[in-house]
Amino acid sequence: MKRRWLWSLLAPLAAVLFALVVSGVLLWASGHNPFEAFSEMIRHGIFSDKQGFRVDSLISTINRAIPLYLSAIAVAIGFKMGLFNIGVEGQYKIAVLVAASLGAAVTLPPILHVPLIVITAMLVGALWSGIPGLLKVTRGVHEVISTIMMNFIATGLAAYLLATYFRRVNEPGELVIETNAIPGSGLVPSLNSWIAWIDQRLGFVDLDPGRQHLHGFLIAAIIVGVAYHYMVQRTRFGFELRASGINPGAAKASGVNPNAMVVKTMVISGAIAGLVGMSFLLGFFGKYTIDFPTMLGFDGIAVALLGRNHPVGMAFGALIFGWFNRSAQILDLRGIPKEIVQIMLGIVILSVVVAYAVIGRVIERREIAAAHAALEDKQVPAAIGPPDASAREGGAS
Amino acid sequence: MAAPAAVELKDITKRFPGVIANDGIQLKVERGEIHAVVGENGAGKSTLMKILYGMQQPDEGEILVDGEVTTFGSPREAIDVGIGMVHQHFMLADNLTVLENVVLGSAPARGPRILSALAALVPGVLIFLAFVRMGFAADGSGLSGGAGSAILLAIAVGALLTSIWAAYKSSKPAIDFVSAREAISRLSGAHGIALDTRQLVEELSVGEKQRVEIIKVLYRGARILILDEPTSVLVPQEVEELFGDLRALVADGVTIIFISHKLDEVLAIADTITVVRAGKTIATVKPEGVSARDLAELMVGSELPTAATTESTVTDVLKVSMKDLGARGEGDRWLIEDVSFDIHKGEILGVAGVEGNGQQELVDLLLGIRAVDTGSIELNGENIAKWSTRERREAGMGFIPADRHGQGLLLPSPLWENAMLGHQSVEPFSNGPMIDRKGAVGRTNEIIEGYDVRTPGVDTTAKALSGGNQQKFIVGREMTASPSLLLASHPTRGIDVGAQAVVWQLLRDARANGLAVLLISADLEELIGLSDTLMVILRGRMVATLDPATVTAPELGSYMTGAQQEEVAS
Repeated sequence: MKRRWLWSLLAPLAAVLFALVVSGVLLWASGHNPFEAFSEMIRHGIFSDKQGFRVDSLISTINRAIPLYLSAIAVAIGFKMGLFNIGVEGQYKIAVLVAASLGAAVTLPPILHVPLIVITAMLVGALWSGIPGLLKVTRGVHEVISTIMMNFIATGLAAYLLATYFRRVNEPGELVIETNAIPGSGLVPSLNSWIAWIDQRLGFVDLDPGRQHLHGFLIAAIIVGVAYHYMVQRTRFGFELRASGINPGAAKASGVNPNAMVVKTMVISGAIAGLVGMSFLLGFFGKYTIDFPTMLGFDGIAVALLGRNHPVGMAFGALIFGWFNRSAQILDLRGIPKEIVQIMLGIVILSVVVAYAVIGRVIERREIAAAHAALEDKQVPAAIGPPDASAREGGAS
Repeated sequence: MAAPAAVELKDITKRFPGVIANDGIQLKVERGEIHAVVGENGAGKSTLMKILYGMQQPDEGEILVDGEVTTFGSPREAIDVGIGMVHQHFMLADNLTVLENVVLGSAPARGPRILSALAALVPGVLIFLAFVRMGFAADGSGLSGGAGSAILLAIAVGALLTSIWAAYKSSKPAIDFVSAREAISRLSGAHGIALDTRQLVEELSVGEKQRVEIIKVLYRGARILILDEPTSVLVPQEVEELFGDLRALVADGVTIIFISHKLDEVLAIADTITVVRAGKTIATVKPEGVSARDLAELMVGSELPTAATTESTVTDVLKVSMKDLGARGEGDRWLIEDVSFDIHKGEILGVAGVEGNGQQELVDLLLGIRAVDTGSIELNGENIAKWSTRERREAGMGFIPADRHGQGLLLPSPLWENAMLGHQSVEPFSNGPMIDRKGAVGRTNEIIEGYDVRTPGVDTTAKALSGGNQQKFIVGREMTASPSLLLASHPTRGIDVGAQAVVWQLLRDARANGLAVLLISADLEELIGLSDTLMVILRGRMVATLDPATVTAPELGSYMTGAQQEEVAS
């Protein structure tokens, strides 16, 4: 079992290396020095001789990873039972918009204010994803189709609501499309004080966060990751969820109601999707604007694939995405198209999928060999004896 | 000396990691004979046939075809020397016609189509050139330009690749169906195998599909046919037809290697029988002068129990009672109609029937997977027609599915999770909403030890086990849950004689302890031997109730096909 761990680490590593080689060739072919590009990314993203260890980049990487991780978990829950929720994109947008507006409209002590916003977002996400779930079980509409359609509706609806009912009343001469700002009591404080605390105790490195603020919502992401693992692996619901994904026929015969399972899964997935925008909303923007980050829902699908729906794997996947996006910022300044990073991520995902397939086959072959070996251990009696007294003695062979 | 044997295998040894599948196998198949190879599952029959068919290479030993030493690297090479395989599971495309299926993969060509390939290539090249020009023109400096020119270049490359692919596809030679149809009718005429080449395969009966498989192999030029468990999917009448076909083929000089574990059939059709056990050839015998029992004992290496139940344990406590049960399928067709029966504690009710006559639907109704349209199902006197599957399973309904991969196992999951399947809501598997890992592992070990499931451990995935071990695991899972009603669909399908005897014994013991069993099987011996009451299902209706003590297999067969009819006492 330990071996299996090692193998599944190997796949993403090999994939990243492969992606580096391919994108290096692409850079070279388009007249750039790949080594320069990569070393710029590392200098900006991890460590440079001038600025030392880039804590600010690290924080930015984590901040970028938080929503991707939550998005990946939302997608992974669906994957676990064979549902493909492509609608995280729309679910988080609608959820953020509604939660931001509601959060700005009330004033409460922080202990109530933050949960109110977060729970609203989860509810809205759950409602939005529940629709494709219901459509699937009542009308047989495939969730891939309906969630894609719901994305269009969500994007359009969010833009409309933002421009009309949820828009902040502008000052004369002002032309800003955004919701009212959430008061301080509704925001999540950054974790920079924790970094400072660690910094004080570690004399030998200087942890300077620069202008970056580590989003406090990181804690929520970690809790969700743990809860996801616990639910999927340790609860009966999780078992039935996985059983439905692996073998719907067997799950049905085992007393799992497939329709209820579809709706429940979509609702949970949507509730997690509702959290995707929360770190940016409560830790950075404080309101929903037309500049609010998009594509988080789609990147989450990629992260889920990269991390194989495993809570730790997806955390690594989200961090890799976050780091590449952060370190790509420097490339434009050096005249290198930063789109190369998107290409790299694309290649990483493709090659990871291939590598996992190959490694899966290796593991399977080993297991079958082990089962064969077990067969031989117990060879002779060719016939099999039952546990009771009627067991026959082993036959000759 | 006489003509050399059609196929001779000398000292074939094949090792897999940790196991010797074939250990010095000797097999000599004369030309124009039907040579049966019998043995338990795991005895090494399939490995042997895979070696002969070129799917695997032996570690030691040699293969002689017509007296010449031969080696095959692939099934194609085996076909080239005239060896063809008819697989147990048909490898046919249902949505194609018989003709298309037969020629699939070895279609006669009418020559490549260069013109159509060119036609596909030209526009792609033009688009490519146009976009490359635009891409360069966008900023004059070529490839190092901005995103705009990169996109244009990407489109150009995409168009070029697409057209190359299209050109490659359309350059493929066309199939010459006319000559193929002639060749097939020649073949089927010559061997007396009737086939309509225009029919869709999905419209064919199982027996006809098998014929298509045989013709397919002959069409590829095979003169030596390997048939892997060919009768396992057939009803008695179809088996007779198959045997007729095989005899005709042999009369034409075709050699047949027939793999089976149905010993009566082997005795009926084979000219020579080779028994394989634990990777070794145990004996080669002529069917004259040996009985099925002798063969079975050679296979197992010890004496055998039989399926016959000794004494009745039927009580008068009613367990299940179905009344006027009906269920409609698509288009309001009745899948199950007016079915009524009772099963008492300690009773095994056998349901005989040709597959696809409503057996699966009957099980689905009992299990609550399919909704009841008319009638009632009573369990312990309570109408459960509206209960969910979970409620029924928690009430003690055990289920051995006909299709263990489709309904019985989570193949990529470890055994301890498979042990929970269907029982996940009760002890020892869960504790409220939480899974009890320890309890599940404990029960899994109980199943593995008690039912001799051969596995390295509880964490092994179900996929890694052999079919027989998977089946034993499922039977063990259902039995250790101490059910009060067991729905057993083909409980011994695909498992070897020894394991079959164990399953029979388990059913008998459980029955003696008051278990009520609904037994659905295609193995008539099993049905007659185990059942206390026997019913025949035909087109969704129970057409006969028979006494297993007096009925014979051929009689049962004629009820199953509707040749003989009887009113059911209701």
